[in-house]
Amino acid sequence: MGVVIAALTKVLLVALVLPLAVSIMTWVERRGSGIIQMRLGPNRVGPFGVLQPVADGIQFFFKEDIVSPFVHKPTYLMAPAVAMMAAFIAFAVIPFGGTLTLTSGQQVKLVIADFDAGVLFLLAASSVGVYGVIMAGWSSNNKYAQLGGLRSSSQMISYELSFGLAVIAVAVLAGSLRPIAIVEAQAASWWYVVYMPVGALVLLISGFAETNRLPFDLPEAESELVAGYHTEYSSMKFALFFMAEYINMITSAALLVTLYLGGYSVPAFVSSSLGLEGNWLTFAQLIVFVLKVSFFMWLFVWVRWTLPRFRFDQLLQIGWKALIPLGFLNVIWAAVLVWLGWV
Amino acid sequence: MDALLTPACCVALAAITAVEAKLYIAGIVALVSGLVVVMHRNSVIGALFLVLNLLSVAVMFALLDAYFMAVLQVLIYAGAIVVLIIFVLMLLNVGREPRGGPGLGVRLMALLLGLAMVFALVRAVRSFTPGSEDGGVLTEGYGTVSQLGEALFNQYFYPFEVVSLALVAAMAGAVLLAKRYLED
Amino acid sequence: MSEATTFCLIVSAVLFGIGTLGVLPRRSAITILMSIEIMLNAGNLALIAVSRVLPGQGGLGLVDGHVFVLFVLAIAAAEAAVGLAIVLALYRLKRSTDIEVLRLLRW
Repeated sequence: MGVVIAALTKVLLVALVLPLAVSIMTWVERRGSGIIQMRLGPNRVGPFGVLQPVADGIQFFFKEDIVSPFVHKPTYLMAPAVAMMAAFIAFAVIPFGGTLTLTSGQQVKLVIADFDAGVLFLLAASSVGVYGVIMAGWSSNNKYAQLGGLRSSSQMISYELSFGLAVIAVAVLAGSLRPIAIVEAQAASWWYVVYMPVGALVLLISGFAETNRLPFDLPEAESELVAGYHTEYSSMKFALFFMAEYINMITSAALLVTLYLGGYSVPAFVSSSLGLEGNWLTFAQLIVFVLKVSFFMWLFVWVRWTLPRFRFDQLLQIGWKALIPLGFLNVIWAAVLVWLGWV
Repeated sequence: MDALLTPACCVALAAITAVEAKLYIAGIVALVSGLVVVMHRNSVIGALFLVLNLLSVAVMFALLDAYFMAVLQVLIYAGAIVVLIIFVLMLLNVGREPRGGPGLGVRLMALLLGLAMVFALVRAVRSFTPGSEDGGVLTEGYGTVSQLGEALFNQYFYPFEVVSLALVAAMAGAVLLAKRYLED
Repeated sequence: MSEATTFCLIVSAVLFGIGTLGVLPRRSAITILMSIEIMLNAGNLALIAVSRVLPGQGGLGLVDGHVFVLFVLAIAAAEAAVGLAIVLALYRLKRSTDIEVLRLLRW
């Protein structure tokens, strides 16, 4: 029974923290864009505008929910739910801390699903997420939406390859696809970004493409496609797409941190000099993980307001002619590292 | 709040604990969605139901302790193959099949042949007896990545290499076929 | 043989029949491709179900079935890529994916 309660608590916690993080992210995004563009950004609701996400949420709830008469209704209604579910499911295998020992002596691992092929599970879940976009694009019966869906599917197929290659290189070094094992292997040696900086770069760039963030937000390019696949969506249905996109960003940042930047691990000399052990160490790990992920979330915002958007042919060229060869080279490099016994 | 209905159904399904019950539900979903794929006139809807079919078969894999294969099934089939199919469907905009399909004779013949096939296969299934009795314990680490990898790179090394060659050949062939002009 | 295995094998058989039902009377080339995927899938299901009840090393479960499924997945990917490329080429030639249009070799 204790196991079930612990599992349910973890699920509930993640399901609550992710939307909360999304609302914080929207504030960071808007204030951050303000800083980068030398303007103020939203600053009226609450101190420094921190209550802006709440206002946005209320606005989403009370906006009229318009369903155009020409949409294919079942698919149209399913699409945001599919996008949202896939985004949530993908996070299930990310470990966000070590082991928590309860007062009853029960050991709780801070990951929802400790799973043998966890990293691949994440890839699979994120590849199901593209169906939300495709369904939205097709069912809207609108040429801009359809173009957005079309672009999204080809973009996903192209960048999933380099994404997978960057993951495989980590599996070669760690000898496992279990996220916790990968984190512990990095804690025992160095972070994998030290051994394979190219792999980390490939994963980062593919992460931008997989989450449809700007330089790669072609599926929803405002200047060409109105709003891309979610042109016909309004109110909470649009909010679901919006949230799914931000949760995908969080997952992608968390995956990068887990695979290449030591995940939740606290360096041994830090924990020993601070005298951290037991549950205190776990809390420290949680904070370290959140800090690392936050850095990459800020990077997402930073890049978005710094780089212009690619053209679609450039996007596919980068994917197929730059990232995939680099990914292959990185896998070979990882094999060489293992062969030489440097890891 | 229609969008919340689907997750609620998923939670309700996950609450069913008996493995057999889950297996039956997944099997029935697979069969029904497979029928929709075959019957629906609109190919895009068919392709979406094909995704449902593949996902429910993947659930069956997971319930049969083949976790890694379940993940691979979703990753390769749902993540790549069906996305490709939908991409082509949307690119050519050929969702709707032309009216006036094959005659009744062809349909009847297909139905008969399909039923005969099912009948023969079910007969074959009935006569199948595995070498062991029920209630045996599963091998340690059954369905894990490492076990599969060991089999793949020792016993099945040459078939594996042949398959990779076949994939390269298929890729080259697909690129050549889909090219508009051979000169450039 | 347990109930669950029998059920899986029967589902696999019926799924294969459904796939046949799609291949024979349909006219859209892409629907036929999808039906073939269903048939391959049915085969995979049978392989996984049977490999679980066969005796392996130190207990039930033979991993060879999983290896076969892996090969089937790889070949299915190759088949889909080539098949869709053929459909694209066909569409360029005839402006249709209807297989009734392709009657060049028919009497």
